[in-house]
Amino acid sequence: MLDNVQVDDLFEELLKQYGYDFRDYSRASVLRRVSRFMTHTRLPDLHSLKLATLKDPQFFEYFLQEITVNVTEMFRDPSFFLALRQKVVPILSTYPYIKIWDAGCSTGEEIFSLAILLKEENLLKRTRIYATDINQKVLRQAKEGIFPMAHMVHYTKNYQKAGGKYSLSDYYHAHHGGAIFDSTLLENIIFYPHNLATDESFNEFHLIICRNVLIYFNKQLQERVFGLFLKSLAPLGYLGLGKKESVLFAAKPEFFESIDKEEKIYRRTY
Amino acid sequence: MKVYMSGKYKAVVMGGSWGGMNAAVEILKYLPADYPLPIVLVLHRLKGVISELPALIRKKTYVQIKEADEKEKMQPGTVYIAPADYHLLIEQDQTFSLDVSEAILFSRPSIDVTFESAAEVFGKKLIGIVLSGASKDGSQGLYTICRAGGQAIVQDPRQAEVTTMPQAAIETVKRAKVLTLDEIAAYLLAV
Ligand SMILES: C[S@@+](CC[C@H](N)C(=O)[O-])C[C@H]1O[C@@H](n2cnc3c(N)ncnc32)[C@H](O)[C@@H]1O
Repeated sequence: MLDNVQVDDLFEELLKQYGYDFRDYSRASVLRRVSRFMTHTRLPDLHSLKLATLKDPQFFEYFLQEITVNVTEMFRDPSFFLALRQKVVPILSTYPYIKIWDAGCSTGEEIFSLAILLKEENLLKRTRIYATDINQKVLRQAKEGIFPMAHMVHYTKNYQKAGGKYSLSDYYHAHHGGAIFDSTLLENIIFYPHNLATDESFNEFHLIICRNVLIYFNKQLQERVFGLFLKSLAPLGYLGLGKKESVLFAAKPEFFESIDKEEKIYRRTY
Repeated sequence: MKVYMSGKYKAVVMGGSWGGMNAAVEILKYLPADYPLPIVLVLHRLKGVISELPALIRKKTYVQIKEADEKEKMQPGTVYIAPADYHLLIEQDQTFSLDVSEAILFSRPSIDVTFESAAEVFGKKLIGIVLSGASKDGSQGLYTICRAGGQAIVQDPRQAEVTTMPQAAIETVKRAKVLTLDEIAAYLLAV
């Protein structure tokens, strides 16, 4: 069991030295990640962890990669992408130019899903997607667009359930156990690091997607991100959250109306 | 019926997989609507068939049953079911956190994860129960509960639909009480 006071101290020091703020992450899950990291790296206690991360920026980078949860998949919760296709895309297609922000995109499976969907709706060419994450390693992986071939069976099923019009295999070729995705899908996609806990709004978007990220934040941090999204959405812009994320947004009906309750798709009310 | 409570316990966590749901219902059906403890139920099940589960159990019980929502605060007399495809953790303020990190022992939700985080929060004021199931999940979590001073209970394997899970728990947690479902219900009513 980790001592909360020592954990607070660790997070304060990391914030001071590196500017990364984990103080308002959901404690139970971040503590689990920290203990797991300590077991893997054979650090006996929080004090040694603190010394090691403060002394060595590369070790801190590794710590950051390991305590963020990057598990993702293509067309995760296919019904979300289906709802996006049916309820949001028709409105987006009336804009001459579309701007989308995928916050917490992880290793890119979500970005490729989105790009494929937009391509099939003939919107990809006039869309710009900003794909951001706190973890720079996953962003590098996302840019490569190579996913394990073994996952393609599952992703193909997801793709079909998400209303895919062709065949997922049209978008990749197999190479040494990897599915290499068509790099032209990424032509209008910009990857860069952005920290939802500390960074500001940087543009205005017609659609913001942020799924399975807010579950890792406590109420205060969720509030902050709520403000950030409100600031970053164009009037009547859309917001898509993860399957189990909604509390805050449902509780503030003056800002967002629900477009699809089940799929957690909201629209700015003004 | 009014349940007498000594205040010795603050929460109950239960876990199971194959046969675990039926076992849980056999216990929960004896608990009155005003049962004074919150109960968290973690069951492995196939992706997709999740949402019907609370409804299925609800038909047969008096206590309120719902899926645990992110950031929701635990209330007495309520059974919270871990949503499919997420690990369910408990925070110090007795609210729930969800997590989509890797499956553990092929399971998400993982019984171990919920049990371990509950042990952190409730310490010796926790009852952990391992039911029928075809996996070793739950043993490690039950061990943690026991080590933190909580009460470990395992469904009697002779009565379980699948014995793997209770058997593994008994082997890992020597101090666990091994009880039939009726006895577990009686225990929960008497604490
Ligand atoms: C579980 S993944 C979700 C991936 C994808 N959106 C999905 O739903 O499949 C969570 C992602 O959020 C990122 N993340 C965590 N904290 C963050 C922060 N403060 N700012 C931006 N991204 C963050 C993690 O690095 C991770 O890649």
